[in-house]
Amino acid sequence: MQSNRPERERDRAREPARPMKVAVSSAVVRLPDRQLAAVLAAYRRAARAKRLQFIIAAAVLVVLIGLSAVQAEVDPKTFLAKIGGFFSYFDRLLTLDTGARVWTDPAEWFWSLKRSLRLIGETILMAYVGTLTGAIVAFCLNFLASPNLTGGATTVWLTRRFLEFCRTVPDIIFALVFVVAFGLGPLPGVLAIFIHSVGALGKQFFETTENIDMKPVEGLRAAGASWVETIRFAALPQVLASFTSFALLRFEINVRGATVLGFVGAGGIGQDLMEAIRKFYYSDVSAILVLIIAVVMAIDISTGYLRRTLIGRARS
Amino acid sequence: MTALANAPAIDVDALKTRHGSAFSANWRARVITAMVICAMLALYVGAFIYFDVPWGRLLSGSSQLVWFVREMVPPDPGGHLATYLNALGETLAISLLGTLLGALFALPLGVLAARNVIPAALLRLPVKRFFDAVRGIDTLIWALIWINVVGLGPFAGVLAIATSDFGALGKLFAEIIESADQREVEGVRASGGRRLAEVRFGLLPQVLPVFAGQVLYFIESNTRSATIIGVVGAGGIGLHLAEQIRVLEWRQVSFIILLILAAVGAIDFASGRLRAAIAGRRSAPH
Repeated sequence: MQSNRPERERDRAREPARPMKVAVSSAVVRLPDRQLAAVLAAYRRAARAKRLQFIIAAAVLVVLIGLSAVQAEVDPKTFLAKIGGFFSYFDRLLTLDTGARVWTDPAEWFWSLKRSLRLIGETILMAYVGTLTGAIVAFCLNFLASPNLTGGATTVWLTRRFLEFCRTVPDIIFALVFVVAFGLGPLPGVLAIFIHSVGALGKQFFETTENIDMKPVEGLRAAGASWVETIRFAALPQVLASFTSFALLRFEINVRGATVLGFVGAGGIGQDLMEAIRKFYYSDVSAILVLIIAVVMAIDISTGYLRRTLIGRARS
Repeated sequence: MTALANAPAIDVDALKTRHGSAFSANWRARVITAMVICAMLALYVGAFIYFDVPWGRLLSGSSQLVWFVREMVPPDPGGHLATYLNALGETLAISLLGTLLGALFALPLGVLAARNVIPAALLRLPVKRFFDAVRGIDTLIWALIWINVVGLGPFAGVLAIATSDFGALGKLFAEIIESADQREVEGVRASGGRRLAEVRFGLLPQVLPVFAGQVLYFIESNTRSATIIGVVGAGGIGLHLAEQIRVLEWRQVSFIILLILAAVGAIDFASGRLRAAIAGRRSAPH
């Protein structure tokens, strides 16, 4: 080792200096002390200002949390006393009336499978009809809400406020009103989903339409196309894939939302579920919840697959 | 302009031979599209037949709706203004506390579900599926379950929002961590940082602003959800709204709806400004 050291040194000396080494050794330049002090002081000031900002934000948050806790009657003592109840509740959910675990006797657990499946089918159909109708209306309205395709600022403003109203009022509130007007059954549920979808999809649609490439639109306008033709041949090809993707996502959200519309009598599985929860039919609750989770997951996965395919095809 | 006017007539035939696909119809795609549309239409019509829509009631119900709307003006709190404002405050408190609580529990599990933290699918996928299962159950169902545990009142609402947010935020946190830029982590490692320093200076500065933005967005959207959990008795303004609808006090209904719209609008505005500030600080040169 020791003996060949000078040899190596010699070799290195003979080699021409590699540019990389030069760069590394010259990159670390120390600023003159006065300049360095100024830079460091500026850095410390910036860091201190950021820290102060963080402390103020944290203090505001803590005050807000305290106020909220008082307002929402949060009581840690009750919570700690009853949190055991939460887990024993799930324990009871998974127990049959006979005292056995639910999975030991699937036939007994899912004794009302036929009825539940029919009601879940009804729930999905409600979401389907509501979403599709909502998507069609939102499709028609979104071009009126896009300033790049519509001339009048008043039209844009009015359409946007209307969509805002439709989406801010929760669908279950619409369902409550419609149940009073149309009576119990899936119809008020479908209408509620429909109105909420118009608002939610309309917003996503016009945000897409707003940002389309305007060159095809200008080209068609220059060639003398009518408003409808401009939309059909310039705007539509650009937005259709993302519109479909948004509608599929909304369908998934609506299936999940439709499971609770039955709470207010607007059809679907919700009515049975609420009854089971309120009357403490534990194994029925878990059976319905398992079905809901399975259906929602299946729809989540299949619409996710469809959306990825659509977007992938639109990009290529 | 003049060049175009003086140009010879466009040779359509030459264009057709060059860009054949643009001129001939793609029949296969058309048939598939038509079939999909027909199937969707059939399902649509079938649904209406299955629902057995009472068309007569649709008509009378519509005229009733018009009457409701006419009854709604002018909005009037009917002497319950203080009660409604208090309930609105309860709703806002539920949304804030519920979201923060959900985020608090979602954070550690979200880290466990991220691919770049836990590469083993056997450990990671059960956490992901768990999030999906929790997310698949609507907030209102959670509210009913929590009412059974802690009793009626806003506390059940806080826990319901926290539970359903736990599922949604956990999945989101995992996705954010997965999409974080590994180069910053590698940079810290290359300059001799330990594992903890990698997380603190490489990963956290990237993901924290995004987390904060998402939590703010959830508080915003939960203000909407928190207005409805009162329908099943879990606190907030929803209880009063559902009650006034059931007793057909339409003036008070419209007043409460306007109150909700104003509150949601105010929260939207504030959270939008805050989110823009957080995002702006992030994109500013370091």
